[in-house]
Amino acid sequence: MPIQYYIILSLALFCIGIVGVLVRRNVIIVFMCVELMLNAVNLLLVAFSKMHHGIAVVNDKATTVGTDAQLFVFFIMVVAAAEVSVGLAIIVMMYRNTHSVDVNFLNRLKN
Amino acid sequence: MNKIVYLVPLFPLIGFLINGLGRKSLSKSLIGIIGSATVLASFIVSLVLFFDVKAHGASIVDYFNFINVDSLKVSFAFQIDALSSLFLLIITGVGFLIHVYSTAYMIDEEPQHYGRYFAYLNLFIFSMLLLVMGANYVIMFIGWEGVGLCSYLLIGFWFKNDNFNYAAKKAFVMNRIGDLGFLLALFWLIQKLGTANYADVFAHASSLSSFDVTAITILLFVGAMGKSAQIPLYTWLPDAMAGPTPVSALIHAATMVTAGIYMIARSNVLYSMSEVTMNLVAIIGLATALFSATIALKQNDIKKVLAYSTVSQLGYMFLGLGVGAYTGAVFHVMTHAFFKALLFLAAGSVIHAMHHEQDIRKMGGLKKHLPITHITFLLGCIAISGIPPFSGFFSKDEILAAAFAKNPIYWGLGVAGAAMTAFYMFRLYATTFLGTFRGTHDQEHHLHESPAAMTIPLIILALLSVIGGFVGVPEILGGHHELRSFLSPVITTEVEHHIEHSTEYLLMGISVAVAAIAIIFAINKFSKKPELAEATGFGKVLSNKWYVDELYDTVFVRTTLAKGKFLKNIIEKNIIDGAVNGVGKLVNYSSRQLRLIQSGLVSGYILFMVLAIIVVVLIWVNDGYIYKFFSTLF
Repeated sequence: MPIQYYIILSLALFCIGIVGVLVRRNVIIVFMCVELMLNAVNLLLVAFSKMHHGIAVVNDKATTVGTDAQLFVFFIMVVAAAEVSVGLAIIVMMYRNTHSVDVNFLNRLKN
Repeated sequence: MNKIVYLVPLFPLIGFLINGLGRKSLSKSLIGIIGSATVLASFIVSLVLFFDVKAHGASIVDYFNFINVDSLKVSFAFQIDALSSLFLLIITGVGFLIHVYSTAYMIDEEPQHYGRYFAYLNLFIFSMLLLVMGANYVIMFIGWEGVGLCSYLLIGFWFKNDNFNYAAKKAFVMNRIGDLGFLLALFWLIQKLGTANYADVFAHASSLSSFDVTAITILLFVGAMGKSAQIPLYTWLPDAMAGPTPVSALIHAATMVTAGIYMIARSNVLYSMSEVTMNLVAIIGLATALFSATIALKQNDIKKVLAYSTVSQLGYMFLGLGVGAYTGAVFHVMTHAFFKALLFLAAGSVIHAMHHEQDIRKMGGLKKHLPITHITFLLGCIAISGIPPFSGFFSKDEILAAAFAKNPIYWGLGVAGAAMTAFYMFRLYATTFLGTFRGTHDQEHHLHESPAAMTIPLIILALLSVIGGFVGVPEILGGHHELRSFLSPVITTEVEHHIEHSTEYLLMGISVAVAAIAIIFAINKFSKKPELAEATGFGKVLSNKWYVDELYDTVFVRTTLAKGKFLKNIIEKNIIDGAVNGVGKLVNYSSRQLRLIQSGLVSGYILFMVLAIIVVVLIWVNDGYIYKFFSTLF
């Protein structure tokens, strides 16, 4: 498949994520949208990686060119997993304290 | 002999330090003794130097490098030659007598002010000595500024009186205007010749272009105008009478005001190179002599008359300088120092006896109450009027003869001025000492002759006023003019004038006759019925000093004040304050607006974040186009 499809898909996913973060007030949805953005980036990284590798492997069967990005993806997934655990813990604490999952409820820092 | 030169200014400096620092702890008598003794010591050293110069000629003593920048080298050096040693004698000699006089005159002051007074007086002597001893224009300038400062301090000595402070400020500001001229001349000289030493300057003077010489000499003369009270910078001197009377005698008659004469006589080589400047000096001198003499005719304050007379006599000296009679001018400085110090001190004695009354209309008939003061004052009046064989005759006659040789009109106007001088001096004398006493009964009861500390200096000065002229007896009267031959090593460009002996006798006869007639007329007119009423008509113009002060007030003082007010009220309040407050207001306003962004809504913050990222990405994606765009702007 041409690379453009991957780009458009991940762009769409990323925009959905951004819009979701911007417009939704439910903190769990916001959180999911953040994950969506991360995964949009992951998808793009993997797609480009495959493309570069595919070009390079024609000349040299043993080359590792273009595989770095796939390593990045693993890093991102690990960090995202850690982030999820911390984030969910915060959300739980938030709910316990405020009995709400509305992000705009916590606006005491204003002024 | 060179080893003792530095002692001359050192003694007064020590006196200044002791009296200045110890004014609160020393007793009055000790302060008086220290103040006078240091000047006496200086006088003795000066006397030794004088005879040394007479026997062995001039010498320059170099002490240390004062300024050493690139090719410019100014050393702290003293030059002891005929001119400076003569001035040293005048300054320390007359200065000593005035110090002694002051010990009695100022006795009513509190000890600490008494100490302050003598400290200033010693500092003045120190500065004046620096002025005349310096071997270059820079050292002269140090003394030049120093005497200006001391003049300011002493005019405003009674600083609780606002008017006296104004007079002090006026003197200082006027002097500063002149000083600027001096300073510019100094810079010009250094720029062109690379040196300020008298010896080098005069040796290389011929390499200066005529424009440079004219400019330098005129600028120096502007300095002299300020210090020696010539038109148009003379108005400070009459106001300087606010100071204690001995100060008027020392600073504003005998010594400081002659600094300008000294400077021009010292620079006679330069002055003689510029015909334009010489004419300017002569005309300004003559104008000042006549102008201030007319003012003196109608003054009623005993010190004001003497002050205008001083301005007038200084004008004569400048006339002498301008016609090339440098020796005559220096001679007149010397005789004037004697008789004007005498007149001021005698006036001080009168004021002392009258309990600080200075209006001559309230005096009269003081002859029998103040016999010594009367006699000495009379001798001073005769001397200043130019009656032979008193000192004033010889010096004034020498100037007038030189003026005649240059231009008979100068001589005619000079004689007219001399007649006015004789007239107002004897008007002053007759109104003060003759007739009947017109003060209060209480004052009459307390009239007394001054103590010996005041009368002895008077007697010595009177003696000098009488015989002081004999050092310069001209050849046609059978003398040798010893002063001229003494000064000839320094004053190398004296203009020799050749007048027929018969003409010269005639000139002398006319000037003496005119003065004598003026004296007789004044005594007749004022001894019986002095002018008591306020002057009217033209006399009123004279008694108001031709309204020059008012003119200066309108033209210079008020415009300057108006400018200041404009800057203060318009420029500062609107523009400067506006800019400062505007910046404050702008920051305040913009921060109030920026505060609205902080809404507390998470999505709002994220929106900004996203927008910022988009902007950053756009810049990056544009491959630095935007960066390049901005970089072309700067």
